[in-house]
Amino acid sequence: MKLILTLFLAALLSACAGPQLRGTGDLGLVIERASGHVTLVNTSTRQPYARIAGLGDLSHASAVYSRDGRYAFIFGRDGGLTKIDLLEGRIVKRVIQAGNAIGGSISQDGRIVVAQNYTPGGIKAFDAETLELLAEVPAEYAPGQFSKVVGLADSPGNKFVYALFDGGEIWVSDFSNPRQPTTQRYPAGKQPYDGLVTPDGRYFLAGLFGEDGVAMLDLWQPEKGARKILENYGRGEEKLPVFKMPHLRGWSVAQGKAYLPAIGRHEVLVVDVATWKEVGRIPVRGQPVFVMARPDGRQVWVNFAFPDNGKMDVIDTLAGKVVHAFAPGKGILHMEFTPRGENIWLSARDDHKVLIYDTASFTRLGEIAAESPSGIFFTSRAARIGF
Amino acid sequence: MSLNRLLPLAALLAATAAWANEPAADRQKELVHLVRQDCGSCHGMTLQGGLGPPLLPAALRDKSAEGLAATIYYGRPGTPMPPWKRFMSEAEAQWIVDKLMSEFPQ
Repeated sequence: MKLILTLFLAALLSACAGPQLRGTGDLGLVIERASGHVTLVNTSTRQPYARIAGLGDLSHASAVYSRDGRYAFIFGRDGGLTKIDLLEGRIVKRVIQAGNAIGGSISQDGRIVVAQNYTPGGIKAFDAETLELLAEVPAEYAPGQFSKVVGLADSPGNKFVYALFDGGEIWVSDFSNPRQPTTQRYPAGKQPYDGLVTPDGRYFLAGLFGEDGVAMLDLWQPEKGARKILENYGRGEEKLPVFKMPHLRGWSVAQGKAYLPAIGRHEVLVVDVATWKEVGRIPVRGQPVFVMARPDGRQVWVNFAFPDNGKMDVIDTLAGKVVHAFAPGKGILHMEFTPRGENIWLSARDDHKVLIYDTASFTRLGEIAAESPSGIFFTSRAARIGF
Repeated sequence: MSLNRLLPLAALLAATAAWANEPAADRQKELVHLVRQDCGSCHGMTLQGGLGPPLLPAALRDKSAEGLAATIYYGRPGTPMPPWKRFMSEAEAQWIVDKLMSEFPQ
């Protein structure tokens, strides 16, 4: 073990005698969806430093981090849950936990990793150390009827909040006793497609596909139930077709406002998070998929569903409009800001590259080769609620 | 004309008809990429299903090929399935269904 670590660090930090200690704050990973690989990257050198194979079907894969930022937990489409050591550049443990999975989350105390599954519909909790199964909560919203689960996010108190696509509800499962979770249910609306917890951990929002609106649950006062915000934002107009479901996460909140993708409209909806009233709409060049704020909240970057997935729009939150529109590559699937936002990394699936941009000047700083790259996840997520 | 002499002719006609409906090789590649990558964002890159149902032969076996082609071409209102007619012809939708029901290319 020590020998491997020594060799690895020697390779990483160039020729130096003896083992070098290292933090992980500037490390991360890129999912290579088609070939079951992840590439480990360094955001200071802007270079890859290791590549790991054998992770199965990684389409729509996502990752969360242990609180020390050393281990990544990767949730694959085929139900695989893989724990990776970023320092040793290897798989620590891998289990197949479901038939068809869609992501996961890690508890406030870092001890419980939860996967959300389509088949069988529900969530499963694992010991973060050993990946031993602790408990499961089947999403049986009516007798014998199980829902696909979306939008899973951690919230304070070792709770996990998620939405039921088929069941139209928001569920809150409390894992204070990890082997015996308790669950509360709240009606939400038609076909929730994804969800987010605000960065302070107080509100859970579920975007609705089956109706114009967003369901909002105040986790400080859940007994009040979920209520609709942005109701009827489409105002009965005919929807444009949606060729890919948008994604929601706490990154949408910037400067006291939430920037949310409209469904079937080429707009970003802006909501005041104090009043939950709509305060603006920003026209963009396609169906938004990721609407992501730079960590300082000054900019919001937007990518789009097919067939506009080669474009990106950058909103200046002070001006309230798109200030930079460009087409960085083919099949821009995901983006991730460096921890303080001076750079953004974009995955260009069909160019087989990850592109690195300066967010102030919009100049390209470099690129990394990767096979059909999709998700990019940096260790700075380890310390954020809802990631 | 005996049946023996008719059969090869019928086979030839069927083969010609199939060939006429078959998209050109380059276009087939584009359609396969579209299905795996873009349909795959809901149905899974390996077509085993996701938010959308699985599209593997076993899952489609009992369905009508025409109905499936219409679903691709026109979408299915009330569900997230959008119409793809801006991006392909009806014959191409039918070709995709044929491939899905047998074995979809990589």
